[in-house]
Amino acid sequence: MADSRINVPAATRRDEAIEVRISIRHAMETGYRTDEGGKPVPRNVIRSFACRYNGDPVFAVRVSSGIAANPYFRFFVTARESGTLDFEWIDDAGARGTAQAAVKVV
Amino acid sequence: MPSCWRRSLRQRSGFIKASGLTRRLLRANSHLQIRFAGALLGPVVALLLISAVQAQQRALPLNVLRSGIEFSGSDVRSMQSDDLANPGFLWVERGEKLWNDSTGGSSCASCHGDASASMRGVVARYPAFDAASGTVLDLEARINDCRVRRQKQNPLPRESDDLLGLTAYLALQSRGMALAARIDGPAGAAFDRGRAFYSQRHGQMNLSCAQCHDQNWGKRLYAETLSQGHGNAFPAYKLEWQTLGSLQRRIRACLFGIRAEMPPPGASELTDIELFLAWRAQGLPLEAPGVRR
Amino acid sequence: MTAPLSRTPVSRRRLLQSAGAWALVSPLLAGASAAAAQEMPAIPALTSFLAGRSPRRERLRLDLPTLADNGQAVPMRLTMAGPFAPGPTVRAIHLFSEVNPVPEMAVFEFPIPPPKVEIDSRVRLAGSQRVVAVAVMSDGALFAAVAEVIVTIAACLDGS
Repeated sequence: MADSRINVPAATRRDEAIEVRISIRHAMETGYRTDEGGKPVPRNVIRSFACRYNGDPVFAVRVSSGIAANPYFRFFVTARESGTLDFEWIDDAGARGTAQAAVKVV
Repeated sequence: MPSCWRRSLRQRSGFIKASGLTRRLLRANSHLQIRFAGALLGPVVALLLISAVQAQQRALPLNVLRSGIEFSGSDVRSMQSDDLANPGFLWVERGEKLWNDSTGGSSCASCHGDASASMRGVVARYPAFDAASGTVLDLEARINDCRVRRQKQNPLPRESDDLLGLTAYLALQSRGMALAARIDGPAGAAFDRGRAFYSQRHGQMNLSCAQCHDQNWGKRLYAETLSQGHGNAFPAYKLEWQTLGSLQRRIRACLFGIRAEMPPPGASELTDIELFLAWRAQGLPLEAPGVRR
Repeated sequence: MTAPLSRTPVSRRRLLQSAGAWALVSPLLAGASAAAAQEMPAIPALTSFLAGRSPRRERLRLDLPTLADNGQAVPMRLTMAGPFAPGPTVRAIHLFSEVNPVPEMAVFEFPIPPPKVEIDSRVRLAGSQRVVAVAVMSDGALFAAVAEVIVTIAACLDGS
């Protein structure tokens, strides 16, 4: 499965805002659904999402079942030097997802 | 009257049956009657043939066709129009990976190469009659047929992420192209069955598809606006499902909604309906991946 | 045999017959321009979070559709007027639901001052309700915004 898809601009001028967009594949099971046999599907949602810019935390989300399935986040970070944005998310079951995007600052 | 005209008229429209005069003329076996009838019949049949081919007895003429996106709210429209925000693309990427995956022996790419070239326009023509299997196949069945016959692999279950991924990836290669499924020749019987199903009442609510989607589209059903019921945006990410799903799933969902028995996924009746719907939506552009509420 | 669907267009009769959803629409549309002055709903999780503090109803903006297509995924936008440096910066924005089984929907955190606050996401709403956003500044100041959303159930049950 494509765990995630990311979009950042091709290049950003220093000190300007980089628009970061990420779409993550995750069912975000609320725990309130039942399957075809009538059994409750256990809760398993992403509980934390973090974005680091060349290792420094710049944005994070404490997530719960109130965020829709296949979460989408769009946010802005300040362009410093060129480098990498690292994304990490962890769900209730402890599964960890990661992704990266290169940022070019001119 | 040439027998080929007779067969094609019966297939394409029901209205040749209506005229008693025509029936009598067709049954005429007297040489004199045929010659006399021929003088009248010629222009009449020519007109019927032209109008049958062009009008096709459509409940919704081609110029009033509207995609379901026009009956959707701004939430759905904004999600479908943004390729990053559109969750369907998560499946498109999965499909692209699978297309090139040869761990099972051979990949799809090993025969079909670059899908953006070889698969361009293909999904817009589905469902389609497949000579090798002698039946009309929808896209999912076609993919599985290839997997089993040619790749010697197991078929993918309907609504599995893998099969949805492949159908989403392939549908993307026909994005924006006009639906153009064929209903002539060997596809005719499936088309007729699908058309009959569409017009029959079903379920505890005793409703036919036509009652909502031909006769009452645009009107309110509780807080929703009834669409024309086209399948030009499938597989679609349906917000209610919180996942991508096929047109067959959507048809089954509608049947559940009118309290009718749902044929199992993959049932031939569902393919018959898909074919009828594809003809009915002829000319509408394929939206891929679709987003619906 | 079920009667065929009414052929008459939406009429007052049909509006009155419909469930509460429609009853909510008219006053809401009339009061749409006053949305900024929506009353803060009494959510226990919000009350205990505020701990007696009163957030200012300015600077923070919460955009949600008035009528959601489907409660499972409702597009949301949070914006906040800057500046965020120098001086007090935003540390976190909390989202509370009036009706969801889990009232704390999300917390957006800013370890360093952001260049601008414009956050898009999609939320799940378990029914028609008000959603409250509260921004916490580095100097302890609080700003809040409230949005009301109508969430209708699907016209047909889906057992697929």
